[in-house]
Amino acid sequence: MSTHTEHQAPLGQEPLDVNDSKLTRFDIVREGLRRDDIEIVHYEPQVLPGTKAERRLTRVVAGFFLITGLAATAFLAIYIWWPWKYEAGRGGDKFYTPLLGLTLGVALLAVGFGILTWGKKLLPKEVSIQDRHEGAVDSDSRTITGQTMLYMADELGVKRRPLLGISLLAGLAPVAAVAAAPLVGGLISQPHKNNQMFTTGFAAADGGQKIRLVREDGRPIRPADISTGGQLTVFPGIEHGVSNRHADSPTLLIHLRDSDAQESRRANERVGHGDYMWGNYAAFSKICTHAGCPASLYEQQTNRLLCPCHQSQFLITDNARPVFGPASRRLPQLPIEVDSEGFFVAKSDYTETVGPDFWERP
Amino acid sequence: MKRRKLDLAAMPGKAAEEVDDRFQVATPLRRLLNKVFPDHWSFLLGEIALFSFIVLLLTGVFLTFFFEPAMTEVVYDGSYAPLQGTPMSAAYASSLDISFDVRGGLVMRQMHHWAALLFMAAIVVHMLRVFFTGAFRKPREANWIIGSLLFWVGFLAGFTGYSLPDDGLSGTGLRIASAIMLSIPVIGSWVTSSVFGGEFPGTIIISRFFIAHVLLIPGLLVALISVHLGLVFKQKHTQWPGPGRTNGNVVGERMFPRYALKQGGFFMVVFGVIALMGGLFQINPIWLFGPYEAWVVSAASQPDWYVMFLDGSTRLMPAWEIPIPIGDGYVIPPLFWPTVVLPGILVGLSTMYPFLEARQLKDRKSHNLLQRPRDAPARTAVGAMAVAFYIVLTLSGANDVIADKFQISLNAMTWAGRIGLLVVPPLAYYVTYRLCLGLQQHDREVLAHGVETGIIRRLPDGRFIEVHQPLSASNGHADGHGELEYVGWVVPKKMNRLGALGPAIRGFFYPIERPVEAPVSPGHPPVEPRPEREEITSGESRR
Repeated sequence: MSTHTEHQAPLGQEPLDVNDSKLTRFDIVREGLRRDDIEIVHYEPQVLPGTKAERRLTRVVAGFFLITGLAATAFLAIYIWWPWKYEAGRGGDKFYTPLLGLTLGVALLAVGFGILTWGKKLLPKEVSIQDRHEGAVDSDSRTITGQTMLYMADELGVKRRPLLGISLLAGLAPVAAVAAAPLVGGLISQPHKNNQMFTTGFAAADGGQKIRLVREDGRPIRPADISTGGQLTVFPGIEHGVSNRHADSPTLLIHLRDSDAQESRRANERVGHGDYMWGNYAAFSKICTHAGCPASLYEQQTNRLLCPCHQSQFLITDNARPVFGPASRRLPQLPIEVDSEGFFVAKSDYTETVGPDFWERP
Repeated sequence: MKRRKLDLAAMPGKAAEEVDDRFQVATPLRRLLNKVFPDHWSFLLGEIALFSFIVLLLTGVFLTFFFEPAMTEVVYDGSYAPLQGTPMSAAYASSLDISFDVRGGLVMRQMHHWAALLFMAAIVVHMLRVFFTGAFRKPREANWIIGSLLFWVGFLAGFTGYSLPDDGLSGTGLRIASAIMLSIPVIGSWVTSSVFGGEFPGTIIISRFFIAHVLLIPGLLVALISVHLGLVFKQKHTQWPGPGRTNGNVVGERMFPRYALKQGGFFMVVFGVIALMGGLFQINPIWLFGPYEAWVVSAASQPDWYVMFLDGSTRLMPAWEIPIPIGDGYVIPPLFWPTVVLPGILVGLSTMYPFLEARQLKDRKSHNLLQRPRDAPARTAVGAMAVAFYIVLTLSGANDVIADKFQISLNAMTWAGRIGLLVVPPLAYYVTYRLCLGLQQHDREVLAHGVETGIIRRLPDGRFIEVHQPLSASNGHADGHGELEYVGWVVPKKMNRLGALGPAIRGFFYPIERPVEAPVSPGHPPVEPRPEREEITSGESRR
């Protein structure tokens, strides 16, 4: 039964007559291979028909397929009847997704292993050799194709009639521009509309009215609301001030301890921000000057503000100067005071650009 | 009219004839059925990427039926109680609905995400296989370039995909992406403003990312993958060196039926593993992150793994701002270098590598035989250097988590990354180069002197020597055997590899066939117990 053909008829022999009734099917297959320059050098069944091994492997493969059937049926049953609606604290629905994944996974794995066993164990092993036909370069065909293309260029006659080529280019260039124009024109957007990159929600309204600092729920803030050493994220008290429409406005209002506040004031005076603080309170932009994440981890003991995205650290008592990490620019400070009703307001907008750095920022 | 008798058995043959009359497919079909593929486990790594991509398409289409790519503000009223009444974007609300209010939606979402991670991982591992075995050499440079582009297009697919839910984590990622675009000199603010339709975040970015993620990028991926596979088919697969294998042939098995069956089975296994992961392992639990708010972030905000190396490079970059004092003054932010320039260099270097190497070696020949990594020490060492570079960056992308879990100072982690990025890759180069040379030398040694048997023999003069099993017959050499030529393939180094153990007995609980008579081998007793015990007098008795 084993067909072990070490030596094959040499390539290039007369083609067999495939209609010869004496040929077996394998002979015809081999003739087909020969015509594709493939030689079967080794062909050997892995299991002999009728043996115990064959029956056993057949059972294994069939077993895999039956497992698939079972698991797929289980998937359907679970999909239909298992309680799946989310209900806080009940629990049954928590198993819905894992059970679906488990049954689907088992079904697919079993069919996969079944097919693999079938292919790897039950089918004959073979070694075939196919010629790559790479080495022999058909130089004739290269010449013919090259000359054909050159001849086509001759027929077009661009060389003799250069005006055609030039005018075609001149005509096509605007067409390409036409294709690009709607895309560019539609997408392009002026970045400095309303000076938006240099202003935030704290820019005073038209009447020159100062903007209050508010909490996330919109309530204004009194100095007593923040304990010493504490900090609070505040927003401009305008419409949609607490939303992503003013993504550059979130501000950190910090109540510094006495000694730290003195240090901060001295640092403020050095850069001409002498009146930016109100009492022991200072407000800095929360938007990191590096990549725009909220620099939100405030370490009370060291007065450092850490951005969790790329670990830039800012020293609050030194005008929020970057002291470590990739940020190169200090966090802008918001000048604040307390209005007649006792609530915090911004004296003006930020005097430095808020958010990540860009080319024309200075 | 008399009805002709229908001959069922002849039907397929008849139909096939009719088809061939019209399309003349018999010859091309025969060529396809007969195509020979070489086989090796490492050739299946690319398939994992292909199969994951198919799963991505299937699950992705499902997700589009329920996802709403809009940033319109809505108030959530779905079944996830903790977020009820929270204002959020329609995109986030519909992602929550997929997770909680679409039957089986969560398993599909998780399968989609896991398949994406697997897709990228398989691409990287496949790329390493191709690199370290020299499969990228002429004539396959084009396919190498397409493969590297597939990584970067896959990268974009992943990034646009995980940005879509508009949750707290992905919104932070988008914020960083906008800052990266903003950092490009001269045109940065124009690029950002054009992509986001105004100032960040604007109201349109999710819809733009959506169409990129479901149409433009997958279209590009399908096109690139088709060309990639088409070229593998046209140029025929590379093969390892071995008996009968030359640069001009392919030794393996025909594509049908066995090879194709194995591929089909493997697809089902990959699909099954993704399904198991999608069901059993939670990924990207967006309901825990909340909607994106520009002022909220938590520690340990990490992107998907294939983006982490860029996050790492961003963290390690020193704060070097380059001011340009012209006119009002301009600035190149430090963010520009690790996130725009570095990926640019990486794309350039990786795509050009086949040409750089060919130029260096003045190698203009076609190569269809693979090289073992040890046989090209310079290339392997360069690859190890690249891998080391990548690993340092990826670890640095998680340096805050490492610092937290292992109680290390965060600043120390950053400095370790900065120094490591400069020191580890050259070190990896040197070590790998030496390892390759050592392995080469050992191969030659075994070919010349044989396999260690573990048998120590005492010579009459009292010396002890270890007995080696020569791999070739004697040819009158001084030590009694001939020296074999290295052919670029595995050299057996253990007695078991030479069949010293004899064939295993098949069967799990009981043998399913009579064991073949095991060959008596040196160092091992025959299968039958010896009739009587001998007194051990010298090592000789075991032979």
